[in-house]
Amino acid sequence: MAKSSNTTSRSKALVRRETCSAYLFLLPNLVFFVGFVIIPMVLCVYTSFFDSTMGKDAKDIFIGLENYVNLWKDEIFLRSLKNTFIIVLVSVPVVCIFSLWVSSAIYNLKGSALSAFRCIFYLPVVTGSVAVTVVWKWMFNNYYGIFNYIGQAFGLIDKNINWLGDERFALWCIILILFTTSVGQPIVLYVSALGNVDTSLVEASQVDGANHFQLFWKIKWPLIMPTTLYILVITTINSFQCFALIQLLTSGGPNHSTDTVMYYIYYTAFKLYRYGYANAMGVVLAIFIAVLSAVQFKLAKEK
Amino acid sequence: MNSGVKRTSPYKVITLIILVILAILFAFPLYWIVTGAFKTAASINATTPDWFPKEWVMDNFNKLFSRQTAPLWELAIPFGSKFSADGNPIVFSAGPVVPASIRWLVNTVFMAVMAMVLTCITSAMAGYALAKKRFKGRTMLFTLIVCAMALPKQVILIPLLREMSSLSLYNTIWAVIFPTVGWPFGVFLMKQFSEGVPGEMLEAARIDGAGEAKTFVEIVVPMIKPGIGALAIFTFINSWNDYFMQLIMLSSTSRLTISLGIAKLQAENSTDFGLIMAGATLAAVPIIVVFVAFQKYFTQGIAMGAVKG
Repeated sequence: MAKSSNTTSRSKALVRRETCSAYLFLLPNLVFFVGFVIIPMVLCVYTSFFDSTMGKDAKDIFIGLENYVNLWKDEIFLRSLKNTFIIVLVSVPVVCIFSLWVSSAIYNLKGSALSAFRCIFYLPVVTGSVAVTVVWKWMFNNYYGIFNYIGQAFGLIDKNINWLGDERFALWCIILILFTTSVGQPIVLYVSALGNVDTSLVEASQVDGANHFQLFWKIKWPLIMPTTLYILVITTINSFQCFALIQLLTSGGPNHSTDTVMYYIYYTAFKLYRYGYANAMGVVLAIFIAVLSAVQFKLAKEK
Repeated sequence: MNSGVKRTSPYKVITLIILVILAILFAFPLYWIVTGAFKTAASINATTPDWFPKEWVMDNFNKLFSRQTAPLWELAIPFGSKFSADGNPIVFSAGPVVPASIRWLVNTVFMAVMAMVLTCITSAMAGYALAKKRFKGRTMLFTLIVCAMALPKQVILIPLLREMSSLSLYNTIWAVIFPTVGWPFGVFLMKQFSEGVPGEMLEAARIDGAGEAKTFVEIVVPMIKPGIGALAIFTFINSWNDYFMQLIMLSSTSRLTISLGIAKLQAENSTDFGLIMAGATLAAVPIIVVFVAFQKYFTQGIAMGAVKG
């Protein structure tokens, strides 16, 4: 009896010591995590219920769900939501299919050729969004851009087109640039996933007479499914958050044809100074992304 | 049998040709940036583009470097105004006066390296505690981390701005570094790696009388080194390219990062493409050199991060 109570008190002391040391290890990170991630997140949700402006002396007025109600009456918000969904729906499948095709073409090349290709497709990512965007802006330029030159030289267009200033083209130009900066990471991931496919499985199926098509769908595709899932999720999140391109190229114009939710949040907060309203949009965007990622996970799991 | 002879199907040849064309198209913007930076004004504004500069000139760089100037190095001590006698922020500055664009580069390197070092140290410690220690609140904390990770980072930037200005960190490089360090992906990644450290080794170290700190530094860190490398690469590139956060947090000319500086250059001289390309070259070339030098580790790190994450 005395012995067992002794062990419990000793193990309690041990538990306390372990808890103590665990929190000491966690502390440096928790300071940053709580201070600069959790607190702003809570503040974001909290302020979305207020009529709040950015000024220093401005008073926040509690308005309940009014910001959220107004969102669905705000035509620009609805337009930017539509544009965001167009970007996501076009770029996610295109990025996934393109990177899978490129990776399956290059993954069994010789070492140096493989790393050269992988490196080149990754270049736009490393170059950085601003440097990439300014050069595209030049290439799309009405007078000095090479797109107009090439188009005319090949007789595809009659006169110079103001690509970024034309409602019909601007969003597609953005999608094209976003595409070039989005495929780098998926290609790296697919190459490594395809390289990890067990060769004995592949050889066995070849002995059984499987053709290329069967080999891919029946053997490789299920094995690289986790990678596909990861790529789907990160590409979706990246496309939802498309911002630098819009801000530097079109500022949402012409006539809001390239407004995305992320850009409109920025615009509302820093140009219109409607702080609470911008936060309400942020919350809605976060919910969209969370739901979409959850759906993708679920679909992939069922398969 | 005759394994030395490789059969090349026409399909393979066509695929390879398409790949090479695609690779040229993907590399072209970078080529256009660098060549554009060395072209003459006449060549840049020609309606028929010069595919290769007819003459290489430094005009654009001279123009870029003759703009604003700033001291080479300046460091604001975080929360300095709380400690200084007159309530003003404490700022050290050093070095000769240089073109602002060089200063932007220095700022960017400082930001990315600082974010990388702080993230690696704090995340490795926290990840180890989450993986190997049993304590109250562990499950709750881990759930919180996973949930926070799924949310878009940009959403928290607006409240973060208010917080930073009330901490008087706004418009200092720390306002960009601290949120990056707090981002939970690093902890998550480090936890996944620390799971692989065998418990017996930790137990043995404890029996040998090693303290917590010694166990961590001498046993855990060497074992999770590949993970730390991957995290370092991730953080460095993400921090370097996190344009939105830099845009919101930094404002005065001498405190900009190179990305912001180029964006500002473009806003002020929207049609001087030569000047903008010179800026873009300055922004892109250093990180590309780093990337090409560490290419193997980069790609391994990215792949590893995904597998564990």
